[in-house]
Amino acid sequence: MAASRSISIAIIGSGGAGALTTVDSLLETAAAAGWQGLFTRTMGPQIRGGEAAGLLRLAVDPVESLPDRFDLMIGIDWLNAHRFGAEIKAGNQTLVISDPRGGDLPPMVTQSGARVVEIAMKEMAKAIPDGRPNMIALGIAGRLLGFTVEQAFAPIAKRLADKGPAAIEASLAGIKVGFGAAAGIDFGVQLAAPKPSKVRRWLLSGNEATALGAIRGGIRFAAAYPITPATEILEWLAPNLTKVGGTLLQAEDELAAINMIIGASYGGTPALTATSGPGLSLMIEALGLATSAEIPIVVVDVMRGGPSTGIPTKSEQGDLNIAIYGMHGDAPHLVLAPQSVGDCVFTTQWATYLAEALQAPAIILSDQFMGQSRAAIERPADVAFIGARSIASEISGPYMRHAMTANGVSPMAIPGTRGGQYTADGLTHSERATPTSGAADHLAQLDKRRDKLDRFNFGDHWASVEGAGDLAVITWGSLTGAAREAIALAAADGIDARMVAPRLLAPVLPERMAAALAGVKRILVVEQTHGGQFNKFLRAHYDLPAPVRVFNRPGPLPITAGEIHRAIAVWR
Amino acid sequence: MSSVAYKQADYKSDVKPIWCPGCGDYHVLMSFGRAFAQLGLPPEQIAVISGIGCSSRIPAYTNCYGFHGVHGRSLALAAGLKVTRPDLTVVVASGDGDGYSIGGNHFLHACRRNIDMTYVVMDNHIYGMTKGQPSPTTEPEFDTALSPGGTRVRPFHPLVVALASGANFIARCFSGDPNQTADVLAEAIKHPGFSFIEILSPCVTFRPDEKAWKDQVHPAPVTETSDQGKAARRLMTDDGFNIGILYRGTRTPYQPAAGATNIDLSELEKDFEL
Amino acid sequence: MSKTAGAPKVANLNDLLAVAYQIEIDAVDRYKLLADQMETHNNPDLVKIFRDLARAEGIHGEEIRRMAGDFDVAARAREIAKFEKSESPEEADLGSAHYMMTPWHALQLSLAGEERALAYFTSIVENTKDPKVKTLAAELVEEEAEHVQLVHRLLQRYPKPSQNWADDLDPPVSQE
Repeated sequence: MAASRSISIAIIGSGGAGALTTVDSLLETAAAAGWQGLFTRTMGPQIRGGEAAGLLRLAVDPVESLPDRFDLMIGIDWLNAHRFGAEIKAGNQTLVISDPRGGDLPPMVTQSGARVVEIAMKEMAKAIPDGRPNMIALGIAGRLLGFTVEQAFAPIAKRLADKGPAAIEASLAGIKVGFGAAAGIDFGVQLAAPKPSKVRRWLLSGNEATALGAIRGGIRFAAAYPITPATEILEWLAPNLTKVGGTLLQAEDELAAINMIIGASYGGTPALTATSGPGLSLMIEALGLATSAEIPIVVVDVMRGGPSTGIPTKSEQGDLNIAIYGMHGDAPHLVLAPQSVGDCVFTTQWATYLAEALQAPAIILSDQFMGQSRAAIERPADVAFIGARSIASEISGPYMRHAMTANGVSPMAIPGTRGGQYTADGLTHSERATPTSGAADHLAQLDKRRDKLDRFNFGDHWASVEGAGDLAVITWGSLTGAAREAIALAAADGIDARMVAPRLLAPVLPERMAAALAGVKRILVVEQTHGGQFNKFLRAHYDLPAPVRVFNRPGPLPITAGEIHRAIAVWR
Repeated sequence: MSSVAYKQADYKSDVKPIWCPGCGDYHVLMSFGRAFAQLGLPPEQIAVISGIGCSSRIPAYTNCYGFHGVHGRSLALAAGLKVTRPDLTVVVASGDGDGYSIGGNHFLHACRRNIDMTYVVMDNHIYGMTKGQPSPTTEPEFDTALSPGGTRVRPFHPLVVALASGANFIARCFSGDPNQTADVLAEAIKHPGFSFIEILSPCVTFRPDEKAWKDQVHPAPVTETSDQGKAARRLMTDDGFNIGILYRGTRTPYQPAAGATNIDLSELEKDFEL
Repeated sequence: MSKTAGAPKVANLNDLLAVAYQIEIDAVDRYKLLADQMETHNNPDLVKIFRDLARAEGIHGEEIRRMAGDFDVAARAREIAKFEKSESPEEADLGSAHYMMTPWHALQLSLAGEERALAYFTSIVENTKDPKVKTLAAELVEEEAEHVQLVHRLLQRYPKPSQNWADDLDPPVSQE
């Protein structure tokens, strides 16, 4: 049996079957053993008892995308599992473990040619006092992946620590029964040994990573209005901001949340809020205010399917347009997109630094896929980007809040500073911050706010530019991992391709993009939108030096490395 | 009591108001300066926060720190400022359109949250900046271009709403009595928690009839109370022209506890370590 | 409400000087504010009138300060000269201002102020038991009476405008 560098498992179940807990604990087991991994979830619309699938990919190398086909699929039951049909693909190499009393196999299994092995998980669980079928499934998966009972049990024991010995006993018994049931099954796939890691390793979600990056960047105030799939950012910040001397305030709505962070930042405290598309829509007016009044703030949009309420629990990249173009008037601001769970730490930290340095709002476009996935990764490196605002502390003479300076950034007086009194304003204003409707002041301040972004040296972090082939894959956000993997697959076919994935979407950097695309003969744009927003954005702002094809598809279907690989391969 | 360190004029900026001559808001601006001087507050320790509308122009006319934000959101902006900068004196200025209509939800939650700040609404029963449309406090029969024949909608009762929502200090003033307004404002600033002052401030341009207010207002025939039931009855039966402090509550203001600041950020990473 | 309810209590000559000084200073500030309003609203005739009135009241204030010699009237005024129930007597009524107001209107405001000051000082003459205070208050009454006469004379130059003085055929301008 050949060792594979990556292996993927889906566990499906409904009505409280515990499929997600099972997969999460498998990730912990694998992570503890040294593998890298990514756990995403897909769920029905119910608050409790809905159909759910935990999708896990374990690998030797960093994992940032889902597979085309799952190697192992365990159906604790199949009730309404057909709803995920398009998202969870089986193939003729897939091993499906199915409970004969779990309902009819869904078409995604029956039409795949997958090998199906029946195990009566429910029946086995019944034989154990307080037994649960998902523990049987965990045992089966643990055995097939080559773990010991102890390894598979450890995360569960931790989770159940406060549930008493009976629950712990029952779970251990279930796992053991699962191990026994899987004894005779030939999985046919084995995960290659993990690489020893030189750095500490972490297990966290993209939303948690975003929150940590915010604090690392200097955020000390957050305003919170709950919204799926962004809430975990705020929930992580609530206790942790307090630990670092910061504050979180729950807002009555997103209109309040954005204005609260503007107020806090005006008072000198770096501030952030997190939301999703509907919330971002409500925040747009005040983002314009922050732009005009030059108040640094950070807004994280964990994108979900849109428009309107859309698909709150599933991923899409459709908020690009509103993030770039949403504000009325000419309102230059920062838009950034992290590229993986781990990169959420860096990008949020960098965005905070940039917002503070440039006294401008920064919108971070994360998405449900990254935000709610849990990943086992190497600890992201410490970086020196800590928000440092230009402050006016010694003030003599009339204070010019929006003074023209060489770099376009004006030292900001923080309330309490004698002689620095000014009124921050959304009205067009003079250098002195006094309202005016004059053409000269209007132009001067528009120029200033544009120039301070254009003149800033963003350095190499602006994009991931990798490889040197004459075909360039241009993509962004959470698709970066899939594109990177696709390029590796193409390289194995002898096709050289390069990847350009901007982390900084606004302001645009035409010279850097031109350098990144030098010598390119074909361009493949990959994005998860229905309308091709990213392609249109690229064409509006960049000279693309070669013919362009676009591979775009809306959510909730993830775009996989295999699909991008095929799109590369057919364009010779 | 009164400090000799500051004069009313110390709180006035060199920006000239664009308010119509005759507008009640000139008096309110004056009351701000008098109240701040009375309390001896250094101008740089005061933040005057506003939204959009005639009244919301006030921050730039003061020599304090100011924020003239978007329509209706001043209370939220002020909340973010005050919880992170409890050392500042935060005064929020609004009008009946900004505060009761577009900002109505924030009004409820600001009362409920009870952060230590003072909310001043200059109520002229009309949208002045947009040329005289009915506001939530406009009388139902008042005829406007947008409501020919009147709105036929019951006016909003801000003081009752404030009480029901948890405001900790409720008063009504008349702009034409800037001394009393200043005294009440000073009391409101001193009182812990969320203080709400409704100031009847006539609009000479779109509501010339409001010139009569100066003869209609009268001191409230009651002393202030801290009894919510009593206050509720009083406010529900109020004629709209009772002037004075009408309720003074005893709720503890909301101020999140300041956490440690010397913690090593690597502490936070422990959540994630394998 | 009597015209002098809530007026500052005057205990001695220095107090009276302080209050008289403050009344003039308040009038100066008020006229300056009105002049600024008229400037913003492009009524230059009224800018000039209000600035002249401010200057005149300022001169009166300086005279009182000189009369007080070494005594710091401004400091004492800040301590005692607060009109609790009304505005300071010579403060022109802000609520009566109008962007198209005419000199006649300005003089009406001024007249009302002078009359209020006259009434205030008269009440001191009538009520004080301190002979020095009475003497000075009587002088101030005389002075205010002269001012009232002066305004009446000026009013002969500026007759009452027609009923249509506030007509503006342009509509108001929508802002924000």
